Amino acid sequence: MSTIDPQARWTYLYKALSKNGPLTDEDWEFGPETIATLESSKILVIGAGGLGCEILKNLALSGFKDIHVIDMDTIDISNLNRQFLFRQADIGKPKAEVAAAFVEKRVKGVKITPYVGKIQDKDEDYYMQFKIIICGLDSIEARRWINSTLIAMVDMENPESLKPLVDGGTEGFKGQSRVILPTLSSCIECQLDMHAPRPAVPLCTIATIPRQPQHCIEWAYQIAWQEKRKDEPFDSDDLEHISWVYNAALERGEQFHIHGVTFQMTQGVVKNIIPAIASTNAVIAASTTSEVLKIAASCNPYLDNYMMYAGEEGVYTYTFQAEKKSDCPVCGNLARKMEVDPNVTLGDFIESLGERAEAQLKKPSMRTEEKTLYQRFPPQLEEQTRPNLQLKLRDLVADGQEIAVSDPAYTIDFRYRLNFK
Amino acid sequence: MADAFPAVLTGPSSKERRYDRQLRLWAATGQQALEDSRVLLVNSDGTFGPQSTGVAGVAGVEALKNLVLPGIGGITIVDPATVTEVDLGVNFFLEAESLGKSRAEETCRLLRELNPDVQGYAYSKPVSQLLQDPNFLAQHKLVIISGPTKRSTLQAVCQEAKNLGIPVLYTHSVGFYSMFSLQLPAEFPIVETHPDPESTQDLRLLNPWPELIAAGTALGDLSSMDDHQHGHVPYILLLLHFIEQWKQTHAGKPPSNYKEKTEFREFVRSQARTNTPEGGEENFDEAVGAVMKTISPFELRSSIREIFAMDQCQQLKPDSPDFWIIASAIHKFCEENKGLLPLPGSLPDMKAQSADYVSLQNIYKAKARRDVDEVTATVRQLETQIGRTAPIPEREIEVFCKNAADIKVVRGRHIPLLSEDSDAATTKTIRGGFALDDRLVAIYVAFEILDAVVSEVQSIADTENGGDQLRLPNIEDEELWTKHTDRILKVLARDTGTDIPPEQKDILEDAMWELRRTEGGELHNISALTGGLVAQEALKVLTQQYVPLDNTCVFDGARSQTAMYRL
Repeated sequence: MSTIDPQARWTYLYKALSKNGPLTDEDWEFGPETIATLESSKILVIGAGGLGCEILKNLALSGFKDIHVIDMDTIDISNLNRQFLFRQADIGKPKAEVAAAFVEKRVKGVKITPYVGKIQDKDEDYYMQFKIIICGLDSIEARRWINSTLIAMVDMENPESLKPLVDGGTEGFKGQSRVILPTLSSCIECQLDMHAPRPAVPLCTIATIPRQPQHCIEWAYQIAWQEKRKDEPFDSDDLEHISWVYNAALERGEQFHIHGVTFQMTQGVVKNIIPAIASTNAVIAASTTSEVLKIAASCNPYLDNYMMYAGEEGVYTYTFQAEKKSDCPVCGNLARKMEVDPNVTLGDFIESLGERAEAQLKKPSMRTEEKTLYQRFPPQLEEQTRPNLQLKLRDLVADGQEIAVSDPAYTIDFRYRLNFK
Repeated sequence: MADAFPAVLTGPSSKERRYDRQLRLWAATGQQALEDSRVLLVNSDGTFGPQSTGVAGVAGVEALKNLVLPGIGGITIVDPATVTEVDLGVNFFLEAESLGKSRAEETCRLLRELNPDVQGYAYSKPVSQLLQDPNFLAQHKLVIISGPTKRSTLQAVCQEAKNLGIPVLYTHSVGFYSMFSLQLPAEFPIVETHPDPESTQDLRLLNPWPELIAAGTALGDLSSMDDHQHGHVPYILLLLHFIEQWKQTHAGKPPSNYKEKTEFREFVRSQARTNTPEGGEENFDEAVGAVMKTISPFELRSSIREIFAMDQCQQLKPDSPDFWIIASAIHKFCEENKGLLPLPGSLPDMKAQSADYVSLQNIYKAKARRDVDEVTATVRQLETQIGRTAPIPEREIEVFCKNAADIKVVRGRHIPLLSEDSDAATTKTIRGGFALDDRLVAIYVAFEILDAVVSEVQSIADTENGGDQLRLPNIEDEELWTKHTDRILKVLARDTGTDIPPEQKDILEDAMWELRRTEGGELHNISALTGGLVAQEALKVLTQQYVPLDNTCVFDGARSQTAMYRL
């Protein structure tokens, strides 16, 4: 193997790290020390998909030498239009391993350690070893988990315990990148309502009065499958399953004179597919890695703290400081206010938390300071608290009372103050 | 009959599966346009000084990556440079084994690995030699040029591209900054601009046609309905019904200003039944929510009026592009239909019984169909008048009618090169930016100075070819920087007759300071980001969907910001 002279290879990067600029800190010590710091910084990449592939390449070509990557997924054919480290022959293999091996082979001298699994498999000791964590995820739930984990890790006595989190996300021609300094700046949870879930179609529409082709698909997937094939777990990657749902939806469409059910739409609805293209991923991934480089090397100020991007009409970005909320359930010290109708039942309220932009909790359990309102686990406690589901909120809590909500997807409790409408 | 074929056969092809996530954005028509396109990257054309191979061109390479992945037909890379160690620190599509080989060929080879369906061509020679073949440029649908490069080359490529109607993207990525401009043909029309569906609903509640009026009237007396019926009347019919009631007490006029609309909204709200188990009615909530947005007479946007007034629309020729023939037919439709455009025909979802919704939807669809037929008839007349033989496909007319309110024509401009020839509008935009402490406009000017410096270095190198290499100037030559900075500042002072004040010059000094940190070198992240933006523009231009940049974008990687300028 031919040896490559690092001084020659990193000519441009080293120049940027060996001269100050108009925005660099006056005390910044540029030169060999900064370069050494950068090259020894251990970075964790969460996700080896559309953003992750780009991020790994970008980090390797920004001089980072010790990179770790976590992803639980395997490669699918629909990844190949943007996840450029994967080939047809890689389909079915774990993303983290294939991506790591490819970048290691291409950029000699970088070490990339893959982990095939969930971020939840790892504990604080694991996350503590990294200098910066960078996320390229498509799941809000995983972002919230790592966000709350990193915030819980902060120990004011130990500056090393504060791990900057740089997060990217895309949808079609749009995306955003953000820098989070746990406990010091606005966190994922503070910004939760900026990423509201799409409102779900009411069940009665799906069951009795469909109007759109999507309603027919939801019916086939949520109701018909349960009736006809309830013993088989539905697998959205199984073409036969999708075809069955598609045909059932077509029939329902015919029955109600609703046109427009297609196979592509069926897949989109049941898998909740978000359009994704290489170019948007390139923009957002590079934006996040650029921030990581600036944080690690102090060679320019880093993003404070949010850049949104929209590419449908020219090139539009908006860079601003998202607000740190004192009533953020994760990084704030006050309970978050939530307007509720005192006449709804606890059961309906619990159901609504899945969709409320400020909560987005799918399986919540909750208690007040005095009593447990509803607890999903263990079964005895579930049974004990189940009757509460039928009661109205007004009979369980007082106006302005604080509740603590837990959800199996997260390690922490969320605090809400319920204000009656 | 339904079981004549196994269900799985209705599934997508492997190509549809590979491209699924992008087909949801630009559909099969956009994909076809991409697959029919070959893109040229002109990646370097000279040195930055002795012992330099000049621009690394990674922004352009990354842009190609983002076009190869979604399945562009082909790529051509023109780059006379050979691979050096410096390249291996910035360009992912080179490997250790590439050292000393042709950069064009190596990059092309590694890019093609990403997608076996893409053709690749590499030329290790200066673009000026290739331009001697008059057919060379014409094989491409788009040209990307990596800057900074010498003016003579840039202008030669841009001029020929302009003559052939081929768009050009001129890109720069240096240190923490990047900048690119798009040169489009004089008129670049777009039908499928993909506006936000929320903002573009066209329900014509104040311009109803007889069938819609009849559907509103057929509602009859709302008070005689039972709760179930009352709670399922589609909100569009509710609004039509209440507008009629309102007119009876308002001299036959619908609510027409903010105050009246607010009043009308409260009136609608008051008509909802509240003694229901839910304490209200969802369809009434929807009606209340829609008042401000939908109770307005149809109005033709000024941008559409401008398109109708353009010569291309007024004076059709036998070779007029389809866009202008259809636009002209729609103009006629508009004149004959009291200023209305063809109805798009789509209906948002709303609380309603299935059958009621479907029949309302059919009223919209049928009207849209009739409008398309009317426009099509005019298109056929126009085709005969201008002597065109191949008829415009029906589908194209239909898509145009559906998007008629949101079509756009971008008036293409040249790649802006700040010089004594720059127009007053350009210098005015830049001066305006300086006055407002716009740091990004200063980055643009700094790039223009860098371009001028590099152009001079490369021109001297060309004339001195084979002479004493070490005596050549390089990109760090202070005299060149001072000379071109002074010259550009004069250009900016030309139209106002006043110099840029010293405090405004400081932002230019800062921009040049940051720009020169890497001595013309690229940082991979900044080039990767720029390659993403450039590819985004390329996709929009090639698919003729969405709205391209008009015409210059600057990215400041130090401040994490972008800006757009029309220069």
